[in-house]
Amino acid sequence: MTASSAAPAPILEVEHLSMRFGGLIAVGDLSFVAEAGKITAIIGPNGAGKTTVFNCLTGFYKPSSGRLTLHHPSGNRYLLERMDGFRIARFAGVARTFQNIRLFAGMTALENLIVAQHNKLMQASAFSIAGLFNLPRYRNAEAAAVERARYWLDKVGLMKQADWEAGALPYGAQRRLEIARAMCIEPALLCLDEPAAGLNPRESGELNELLLAIRAEQKISVLLIEHDMSVVMGISDRIVVLDYGRKISDGTPTEVRNDPAVIRAYLGEEETDELPPEVAQDVGMNGAAARPGA
Amino acid sequence: MAVLAVPALSRIDLPSLVKKAGFTAFITFLLALPMVGMQTTDQGAGSLTIHFRFGSVAIGVIVAFVGRLGFGYWRAARADRPVKSVPGVFTRLSAAATDHSRAIGIAGLAFAVTLPFLPYSSGYIVDIGTNVLIYVMLGWGLNVVVGLAGLLDLGYVAFYAVGAYSFGLFAQWFGLTFWEALPIAGVLSASFGIVLGFPVLRLRGDYLAIVTLGFGEIIRIVLTNWSDVTNGPNGINGIPRPSFFGLVFQDPALAPEGTHTFAGFFGLDFQPVHRIWFLYYVILILALITNFFTLRLRKLPVGRAWEALREDEIACRALGINPRNVKLSAFAIGAMLGGFAGSFFATRQGFISPESFTFIESAVILAIVVLGGMGSQLGVVLSATVLVMLPETGRWFTGIPVLENIGDYRMLIFGMAMIGIMIWRPRGLLSHREPSIRLHPKGGYVAAEDVAR
Repeated sequence: MTASSAAPAPILEVEHLSMRFGGLIAVGDLSFVAEAGKITAIIGPNGAGKTTVFNCLTGFYKPSSGRLTLHHPSGNRYLLERMDGFRIARFAGVARTFQNIRLFAGMTALENLIVAQHNKLMQASAFSIAGLFNLPRYRNAEAAAVERARYWLDKVGLMKQADWEAGALPYGAQRRLEIARAMCIEPALLCLDEPAAGLNPRESGELNELLLAIRAEQKISVLLIEHDMSVVMGISDRIVVLDYGRKISDGTPTEVRNDPAVIRAYLGEEETDELPPEVAQDVGMNGAAARPGA
Repeated sequence: MAVLAVPALSRIDLPSLVKKAGFTAFITFLLALPMVGMQTTDQGAGSLTIHFRFGSVAIGVIVAFVGRLGFGYWRAARADRPVKSVPGVFTRLSAAATDHSRAIGIAGLAFAVTLPFLPYSSGYIVDIGTNVLIYVMLGWGLNVVVGLAGLLDLGYVAFYAVGAYSFGLFAQWFGLTFWEALPIAGVLSASFGIVLGFPVLRLRGDYLAIVTLGFGEIIRIVLTNWSDVTNGPNGINGIPRPSFFGLVFQDPALAPEGTHTFAGFFGLDFQPVHRIWFLYYVILILALITNFFTLRLRKLPVGRAWEALREDEIACRALGINPRNVKLSAFAIGAMLGGFAGSFFATRQGFISPESFTFIESAVILAIVVLGGMGSQLGVVLSATVLVMLPETGRWFTGIPVLENIGDYRMLIFGMAMIGIMIWRPRGLLSHREPSIRLHPKGGYVAAEDVAR
């Protein structure tokens, strides 16, 4: 497929993925590979089909055609296009966050992280029988779940707000909590849909560090949709660029930044040469936002 | 109104006030004309005539006009006072009630346990207490479905009916006693909960409410029409009363040969009130089991999944939670508790018919949950007590002009309470949610953190 010659073990192979809504082709014949233990970014102007790719990956949409193969670190192979949404998260270990945050707003931060460990706890509680009588088997599992939640609360700096309602947290904290919650299902692949949206520069800097730490410490592969170029260029190992549902570029940040097709997609046909990269990024973002029909 | 300090008249826009009052009076007129102004009188032989009461309409219109004018004046007079935000009475009461929920619970339990022995208590009062507790139990059961899982169920009475009829029929056909039939009734109701759950898995909110409402009606209509099995509208008679470990509540002198009676075994004088007390304690214990069961479930993975489902189903799926199992478990558990309450209802009444399981029962149970505060155990007790006792209160005020008939206005008070709750406390009387698990002790996380470091 599109895997480059020096590719190490892939975690995710997307082959000829298409998603049509009636006459609209949201994603057309998209193929790319995400490597294990790396951060792969999907970028593109608004309406390019990035979130649709995510929805196909996580089972919220059934792709019109194509194949999505997940190579789980356990050695199992999962064909995501034919699995139910919750099975993808539960068995294939694909966790995701949402563009518009979807926390359990009425529950506390801690509860959010414990709900994420539902399947493990449910097993330990033996369909609630062991739980009802508070047998050691359940008690230990719950203690372990709280410990894991505590670890991630500490990691995202929300230890003090652990007992706050998630909906009462500041916006940036909600974004971080959602990432922590996704990490609590112990995923193999973490899909982040615009994690830096609405964050100020300091917060997105912190987000960079968090994502790099996740990659380094947890050996987790990350798939990232992002508009914030400081995040994308700063941490991605590989970038896939979409425009109108089709892949127009694929490579390292430097390669993509200098790809004429990318600059054309972001800036239009004219004046594509000679722009310093920083300017290209800034203008690119504005151009993307102002693009009609998104 | 004259007591108020008269504000500078220039600041009060009198014409606009009069206009508003006139509009109110007009609306009152439109409503009062058919509802108050015309009374149908029976002439005998089935003919009705309309009897007009324009005087009453006029009084209503004048009261509305003057009232609206006075209210507008009062508001305008206060308009330039500085705004002072004070939490409302209910907000403070609710906060206090949740802060001391444990103490209130223990006090309430102590009251409930000693109720038959308190001064002024009587068989009648204990009987009302039994009735209240049935609704408390139903409210707690429905709370699982509506309050925790967020699935609006308008047909809860169906499971109440399934529980009642499964005991009634098993007693009639196989001679099972209450205690033998109780688990069967629970299992049957839970199965019905799952059967209902499957077709409505994809529905939420209003759509779900309509389908569950239909399901409740289907059960009632089946019970009415399937005469071979359910004896149709005539219902089932002679359902056995529960026994106390095999001891029946009968006069030893009248009991058939060979039966052990409660009074005889304990060497007491037989009193009919013993059975009323016994029934009261049975439902008290059933309700308490329901309470501990649901409170415990809430702190378990199932309970947290129910609440997560209420908050966001899509996020649940993204976390690998199977929404189907979560929904079905909520329906099954809620239905099972309703079925237990239904069995108790059957054994208490000794007679059941489809009449007892109409839609209004579902509405009352739902109102208990919604008024009390979704997810609040204490709130359910509070609103069940008020709603069940309201029709009874008329008897206590015999001879006092207005209060005497207060039971007749039950639905009116009910409606007004609903509107009031929706305006002032849209999430119910006691709406504070206590986390199912805490990392830091209540109210002191900073201190705890500081100590730890």
